[in-house]
Amino acid sequence: MARIVGIDLGTTNSLVAYMDQGTPRIISARGERAMVPSVVALTDNGLIVGDPAKEYLTRDPERTVYSVKRFMGKSLADVHDELAYFPYTLAEKGGVIRIKLGEKSYSPPQISAMILKELKIRAEAFLGESITKAVITVPAYFNDSQRQATKDAGMIAGLEVLRIINEPTAASLAYGLQEKTQGTIAVYDLGGGTFDISILKLKNGIFEVLATNGDTHLGGDDFDQLIADLFLGEIRTQYGLDLGAHPDHMQAVRLEAERAKIRLSEELKTAVTLDLPDGKGRFTRELTRDQLEQLCTALVERTLGPCRLALKDSELTPDDIDEVVLVGGATRMPLVRQRVHALFGKQPHCELNPDEVVALGAAVQADILSGGTTDMLLLDVTPLSLGIETMGGVMSSLIRRNTTIPASAKEMFTTYVDGQTGVDIHILQGERELAEDNRSLARFRLKVPPLPAGVPRIEVTFLIDANGILNVMAKDMRTGETQSIEVKPSYGLSDQEVERMIEDSFKFAADDVSARKLIDARLDAGALITTTEKSLSDGGHLIAAGEVEAIRTALSALIAAKDGNDSRAIRARMADLEHAAKGLTVAMLDDSLKQGLQGKKVSDIT
Amino acid sequence: MNRRTTGTEDRRELQMARSMCWHCQSEMAGEYFCDRCVKVQPVSKDLDYFTCFGLPRRLAIDPQTLETKFYELSRAFHPDFYQNKSDAEQTISLDNSAMLNTAYRTLRDPIQRAEYLLDLEAGSVKEIRTTPPADLFEEILELQDTLDEFRASDRASHNASTLRTKLQADRATLEQRQQDMEAQLQQLFGRWDALQDRGEATEQTRAERASILKSMRDLLSNRTYVKNIVNDLVETIA
Repeated sequence: MARIVGIDLGTTNSLVAYMDQGTPRIISARGERAMVPSVVALTDNGLIVGDPAKEYLTRDPERTVYSVKRFMGKSLADVHDELAYFPYTLAEKGGVIRIKLGEKSYSPPQISAMILKELKIRAEAFLGESITKAVITVPAYFNDSQRQATKDAGMIAGLEVLRIINEPTAASLAYGLQEKTQGTIAVYDLGGGTFDISILKLKNGIFEVLATNGDTHLGGDDFDQLIADLFLGEIRTQYGLDLGAHPDHMQAVRLEAERAKIRLSEELKTAVTLDLPDGKGRFTRELTRDQLEQLCTALVERTLGPCRLALKDSELTPDDIDEVVLVGGATRMPLVRQRVHALFGKQPHCELNPDEVVALGAAVQADILSGGTTDMLLLDVTPLSLGIETMGGVMSSLIRRNTTIPASAKEMFTTYVDGQTGVDIHILQGERELAEDNRSLARFRLKVPPLPAGVPRIEVTFLIDANGILNVMAKDMRTGETQSIEVKPSYGLSDQEVERMIEDSFKFAADDVSARKLIDARLDAGALITTTEKSLSDGGHLIAAGEVEAIRTALSALIAAKDGNDSRAIRARMADLEHAAKGLTVAMLDDSLKQGLQGKKVSDIT
Repeated sequence: MNRRTTGTEDRRELQMARSMCWHCQSEMAGEYFCDRCVKVQPVSKDLDYFTCFGLPRRLAIDPQTLETKFYELSRAFHPDFYQNKSDAEQTISLDNSAMLNTAYRTLRDPIQRAEYLLDLEAGSVKEIRTTPPADLFEEILELQDTLDEFRASDRASHNASTLRTKLQADRATLEQRQQDMEAQLQQLFGRWDALQDRGEATEQTRAERASILKSMRDLLSNRTYVKNIVNDLVETIA
């Protein structure tokens, strides 16, 4: 069976991992950082992804997309409050958000697909084989639409998504595999944009989720925004400057806020410096850990409510929890650790890298699916109650939250009027009483044969599969015939749209190739620059001064070309440099040979 | 005389004798897998949850035994282990897992377990009470009034805090009531199990059996009613 990789498609960073003879490992490409920033930029050379795209956050903020995960499976109205923070333009078509990049608009699954494709390419280069199957992680508290959007993203990227797995439970797989833990554990997962808490029972290789809760709009990003808002306010009062009109500076503030937050996990105070536009000079201030914690304490408190609910749903008290595991970059903050410690009354574990553990767990799940690992089994739950709208706009629950999946419920439908040929069904997800307060997942019309009222009996089965995704089937109990149901998702792409996006992704592949070439050329150029500089410092004395000068000239030319957007020019300057440095290379080789021969007898050599 | 064939063993035998492997059409002897082609078999819709877990129809179930069996069957059915199998097997795995999860959830909780047994034995649809049980009638009507008054009151007022104190006292009383009913239920469960263990089929045992089921049904529905009132109360004063 073809290899299945595990992918952590994160709000800020994404990772791909694979199982290497029983041990999950992160894949990194040619000495690059393994983490791919979840950023996509439209450049003059096409779309680029990851670290190179991150540079465009300040260079070209209107055409650089970050934190797209926040928009997966959402409508524009859902994210109305935060739109002002994003420099790129959002619109809506058919209940799905579209992000404008230059002439074209992309749905969040399409943007996510570009990140997935980058991970796919990296995995293929690393493993030397074609990768077509993956396990992708999502926040445990993701609803049906958000899960489906993630699955669509995989399809658009040319990946068969064999399983959507919850991030905290993925982390528990990696953790359980390494630590051989038994007992009850709580996984506290505070990522870039989402928060999850899951409580699991680990016993003889079974990972049984007892309860899960969370907030899909709470993460490290929100901390950064609070800090950024503080800086922006101060800049306004001190300089009379509203950076809202300068998207590039807005981004710089956000990025500096993020860096300051990260530094304050290690240090007690840190200096913040920001260049201002319009010749206003520089904004500087000191930020202390105390100040940061004061700002963020309300957000951290917000994570504790879901923790208590999860405990309640699993009928446990903090004393029943044997171990607490921290996942997600934001759990590096000392304040988070203190609060979690205080709530559960025990020191949380952070032995595993909180950035990598989710991808590692996805690789473990991938290995279970491919039949490699047979002693571990994850029994997960659905995070939200599923139901249908009944008379009076009330939600009638069919599958309660925290029900182990796969889960199914059957409901019998009939007619109220003679000759009625259809029954409209509105599927909902959520915990509220009224239909309108819950998430609308889909609507469909059940076909009914025209008969006297009350005679038709149509049994509808709602089945939540192991991905946490709903499937609906209907059966006419009188004839025994099953009918296929066309479900119109309330906030998602239709099958046809996904199809078209898959086709488009092939069309854009040409653009992607040129972008890819540029990235590769830059990477190779970077490596050549580093080695040449080292050779010059180590062996510069071995060659003539004029030759050194020629190498330096070629080196500067390459450095200049590397910042440009022309992959051919970069390759040409690389060839120039290699040519200029030929003498140096030969001289160094001779020298090392000479060194090697010293102290040896002639008889040893011949 | 006419022995009722509620014995689960008989029913399973009948079903197994009839069934054939969906794949190789050989006669099925194995429990959930065909002995010949080792393919997973769909769990029959007629199979009750007790039988599915290999348990007799008793109301006392050791949680450890139940959990061990649940894990064992999960390992047999879970879709994770059918990724490389045919579509038909994947569908069976999915349906079986969903059924297994429902069965476990039902049997794990003593109240749901009893309601399920009642359904199997007496064919009763779960009765949903809309009026208070007779012995609580006055108390509950008064409580409803207090609740309404509290909801309409200004939470900061003195009146509200008096009402809250009263409601808290009512809550304690009702919770005690709920516990009493649960203790009574436990006794009934014991009597049911003992009767089943005796395995006699006399006129007298039939009468006793009917009487236990009737009492169980009344108690269960009263308990659910009281529990809902308590939940409502807790939510209101929270």
